[in-house]
Amino acid sequence: MEIDISKVDAIIDKHSLEHRWLITNLLAIQDEFQYLPQDAIRHVAERMNIPILQVYQVAEFYKVFKLEPPGKHLVSVCRGTACHVRGSEALIERMGDLLKIAPSRTTKDKQFTLDVVNCLGCCALGRVIVIDDHFYVNVTPNEVESILDKYVSNGD
Amino acid sequence: MAEGNTIAESDVERWREKLLAARDASRPRITVCGGTVCLALASGEVGAALEQALEQQGMHASVEMKTTGCPGLCDQGPLVTIYPQGIFYTKVKPEYCSEIISQTVKNGEIIEHLLYEDPLTGEKIIHITDVPFYKEQTRILLKDSGLIDPYKIEDYIAVGGFRALEKALTEMTPEQIIAEIKRSGLRGRGGGGFPTGVKWELCRTAPGDPKYIICNADEGNPGCFQDRGVIESNPHSLLEGMIIGAYAIGANEGFIYIRHEYPLVVKIIRQAILQARENNLLGENILGSGFNFDIEIQLGAGAYVCGEETALIASIEGRIGEPQARPPYPVTKGLWGKPTTINNVKTWAWIPPIINNGADWFTQIGTEKSKGTTIFSLVGKVKQPGLVEIPMGVTLRHLIERIGGGAPNGKKLIAAQTGGPSGGCIPESLWHLPVDYDSLREAGSIMGSGGMIIMDESICMVEMARYFLDFSKFESCGKCSACREGVRRMYEILDYITRGFGQEGDIELLEELGQAVKIGSLCGLGQTAPNPVLSTIRYFREQYEAHIRDKHCPAGVCKDLVSLDAVKEN
Repeated sequence: MEIDISKVDAIIDKHSLEHRWLITNLLAIQDEFQYLPQDAIRHVAERMNIPILQVYQVAEFYKVFKLEPPGKHLVSVCRGTACHVRGSEALIERMGDLLKIAPSRTTKDKQFTLDVVNCLGCCALGRVIVIDDHFYVNVTPNEVESILDKYVSNGD
Repeated sequence: MAEGNTIAESDVERWREKLLAARDASRPRITVCGGTVCLALASGEVGAALEQALEQQGMHASVEMKTTGCPGLCDQGPLVTIYPQGIFYTKVKPEYCSEIISQTVKNGEIIEHLLYEDPLTGEKIIHITDVPFYKEQTRILLKDSGLIDPYKIEDYIAVGGFRALEKALTEMTPEQIIAEIKRSGLRGRGGGGFPTGVKWELCRTAPGDPKYIICNADEGNPGCFQDRGVIESNPHSLLEGMIIGAYAIGANEGFIYIRHEYPLVVKIIRQAILQARENNLLGENILGSGFNFDIEIQLGAGAYVCGEETALIASIEGRIGEPQARPPYPVTKGLWGKPTTINNVKTWAWIPPIINNGADWFTQIGTEKSKGTTIFSLVGKVKQPGLVEIPMGVTLRHLIERIGGGAPNGKKLIAAQTGGPSGGCIPESLWHLPVDYDSLREAGSIMGSGGMIIMDESICMVEMARYFLDFSKFESCGKCSACREGVRRMYEILDYITRGFGQEGDIELLEELGQAVKIGSLCGLGQTAPNPVLSTIRYFREQYEAHIRDKHCPAGVCKDLVSLDAVKEN
């Protein structure tokens, strides 16, 4: 995928080229492109004078970073302890069945990416699903399909 | 530092007087919770509907609307409180708002169906101050939650904010501040429990310049939201604590390391920093004292291990979050090799009240070795989950049954899990124990940073141990083989047991492996990862035996071991 490299430059230029800004820059790049495009990673490595291997090491280590373009909708199912004791495992299973993908994967039609996350801090309302920043709380496995239906685009 | 000291008789005090003079305490005020959870429950729409109703009923000018942080009663949201009476409405929807204005705000009439119901007695409660969940707490750190707008520094000033900073900068030397904190006996709220004053002193006297301070707000423990609660309700108290700490330690630069999963918290703290800078509470020559200090935010990128201090430092430096061997501790060799003090959000937030009220006041709260209050995220199988602040020394039973309201559906409660993946399960038979660092440690768990998950008989302890080990296995950074391989092996054994492939000797093997992992790991993650297994073996050994010998899951959770007559209902 072709990316506009000037956007990456604009992000890098906000701070000095010191190593400490690497994670900050990668986060900003991901905000811009929704993932870390290869070209952007190469550009960061060159401009910050950090071996590309080290940049990839950081991008692989921190779970927030995505190296593949995500789907149109990001589905996060919480499996924090409070959600777990209330049965989030069944939600994760149901979501995976409906989308026909494993956690951290994207559907073939690029519509959905499924993330299983550790805790969203809404423990009193577990089980929690977040789709594109919208929170669904106290979700039962039976409700998963109707929630998902809202995001299935017409004509697909 | 004190020379030419003309600060402050005083800037902040004058500002406060001006703010208070402009306020009319009898003027009706409506507060709406704008914390993460209430926003998830559409409290934003409720706020808008209230504004609209005020406008329509011509009361817009006479009533003050305020969006506050999280008051902690999360499952009852969105929460709306009407002052000066303090009428407390729960689960408010936009369609009720017109009624709230016309009946309650205008005429003082109570709308019955919006009142909070005491889960213990079923009684409807009108005033927020009568709600047992709040009445039974000792709210000091959370004192202003639900009252002030976290986006407005003026609100914090009005309730006495930055008075402690002014006192520290004008009346106290750094050494005096450290002596006061040492005398208070404050221990680190991140879970380690190290004496804060001692840490500060070690850092201040360590050779090397510059020095740094860090606030650890990487609340990665699943099932915890107390740091989120503190920042969302009062971000300025954290900043005030950090500024005082920096002055005492001799640091001019500070960092707040905060998890990116909390976007609202990040937004709130950014705004608070900007406002503090605008008002000369951060930056050059703070309040004319000659002291310079500023704070930067570093976002975490989703790595639990970065809650460990050496990993957190590596992350701020832009590297992967692998822990380092200690010593040297960060107080002598931390960020960029310089002396660095790392404290949890709540530890920093404790500084202003201690400076304001003195160490003697603080030592009166809590137990002999654990002073002050502590905040728990009380969740799981309780009637009233939420954010709870209690003095150290309150018994677990009081916390769980009186404040949490006990079991929600008649099932027997069997354990309280504290400390998340690093902690253990405390069985119901030990709930007479007081909540403090040492009692919980003796019981095989830890205080942790404040997560408490209550479990009833519908929860399988073996599966719970498997869950936590799965978490630690995933989050292990992989540096130490004891943790990388040992935790994985332990997880596999547990997984086999829950699927009916357990063998005689597995329990002993888990115990042996657990000890090995503890000894062989560099950082807290590995050293504590076996705790959930070891503590459940200690207290719920019969559950393990049932899984292994009888291929039976007593709670009916493990799918492969459920007999037809024990199908679980939830």
